[in-house]
Amino acid sequence: MRFYEYEAKDLFRRHGLPLGKSQTIDRPEEARSAFAALGGGPVVLKSQVLSGGRMKAGAVRFADDAAAAEAAATAIFPIRVNGQECRSILVEEKTKVAKEYFVAITWDGRAKRPVCVFSDMGGIDIEEVALTHPDHVSKTHFSTIVPLMPHVAKQAVAATGVTGSDLNKLAPIVFELMKIFLAYDLTLAEINPLAKLADGRFVVLDGHIDMEAEARGQHKKLLTELGIGDDETRQARPPTAFELAGARVNAADHRGVAGNVVEFDGNLGLVIGAGGGSLTLFDAVRKHGGKPANYCEIGGNPSMSKAKELTKLILSKPGVEKIAVMMNVVSNTRVDIVARGVIKGCLEAGKDPAETIAIFRIPGAWEEEGFKILKKYGVDFCDRSVSMHDAAGRAVAKLRR
Amino acid sequence: MPGTFIDVRVDASVARDPEIAKKLEEICPVSIFEATPGGVRIVESNLDECVLCDLCLPAAPEGKIQIVKLYE
Ligand code: SF4
Repeated sequence: MRFYEYEAKDLFRRHGLPLGKSQTIDRPEEARSAFAALGGGPVVLKSQVLSGGRMKAGAVRFADDAAAAEAAATAIFPIRVNGQECRSILVEEKTKVAKEYFVAITWDGRAKRPVCVFSDMGGIDIEEVALTHPDHVSKTHFSTIVPLMPHVAKQAVAATGVTGSDLNKLAPIVFELMKIFLAYDLTLAEINPLAKLADGRFVVLDGHIDMEAEARGQHKKLLTELGIGDDETRQARPPTAFELAGARVNAADHRGVAGNVVEFDGNLGLVIGAGGGSLTLFDAVRKHGGKPANYCEIGGNPSMSKAKELTKLILSKPGVEKIAVMMNVVSNTRVDIVARGVIKGCLEAGKDPAETIAIFRIPGAWEEEGFKILKKYGVDFCDRSVSMHDAAGRAVAKLRR
Repeated sequence: MPGTFIDVRVDASVARDPEIAKKLEEICPVSIFEATPGGVRIVESNLDECVLCDLCLPAAPEGKIQIVKLYE
């Protein structure tokens, strides 16, 4: 769940990170008083949206006097950035920047640990810096078990060649950001740019915070204090009727997961799952030229009726011609129960399972029993000797016929 | 009426026994049995949820309960 910049900065302020003076405004006419409150010097006005690309869209502007600030705010409010409406405008004092740095803490799934990415070339695309100037980017992993020590942050900064008083000033900021990342179950805590001002001070100019959606309940107090309501999903777009129906299927039965769907406009419905299996299978379908009608996640041994209701929901979606039922090798989901669910879903939707299920590829627990059911209904199925990639290819090929 | 995949049959000789009905209701993880004043009732809408755990079999004398896989 993404935070707006002003919320991220509010969190940073609570932890003592250095920030410039700022004020949030909800109407253009408030820009004048904000300008005065910030000291009457040059200001920057930034649209608060949950998306990048603000500068390019004209949603970040500068002003040297009160009238210009109001004019800038008037221009910014109606601008949609990547389809997102401006929630408010953050008015900040403009600072004289001598040098920009980048620091982000995120989760490294491969290393199964958080990683601190630091660069002394901030303000620009970090991926590009990593490609063109790899010696200016450091990656420092740290533990979620062993207590975090300040020297880890210092190492991260020093690894890019920063020394002296800059190193001593930057390291505590990076250390605090690491602590924030761990304390609030974040998936991203980023400061870019982290600016060194002409007078030698360091200031956070922009920040991104992403919180693990499942951790919302645990951090309810913070979210309430920041004004983030329970009903704010913070997704890129509001859920569709199909997605809401999927959520209802999932919520109706506590057994397993089946119903977390994302809607697309293709003709191949997907009943897929198993950890990263959903992503792998979705990509495989697309790689073969298939057009998924949906993304979904099933797992954790859903009941027959849950798999059935999900199947019926997907089959009810206009344009869906067939479904592909695929998972990685499963140990905690019963193959036969899912087989029963998808077949019964087809039957209750008035469709022939043999014609409707393009492929069933779920190997694992109780597969012999599952395969007996599939055979009886004439459904094309395969075991683990067929890769997920090839199974997806078989499903896509059937739609081409 | 049986389910699409599973049928559960309780022999008439034990179907009216309230003790057995109670045990069956308690033991089945997917609520296929309901204990009623007249004995055990099969909840047909749950038949296809049967997880084939066989926990119900020892709740009645041997052979009095049958789990039938209709796909075999
Ligand atoms: S085998 Fe298990 S799930 Fe099936 S009816 Fe008996 S107790 Fe219930």
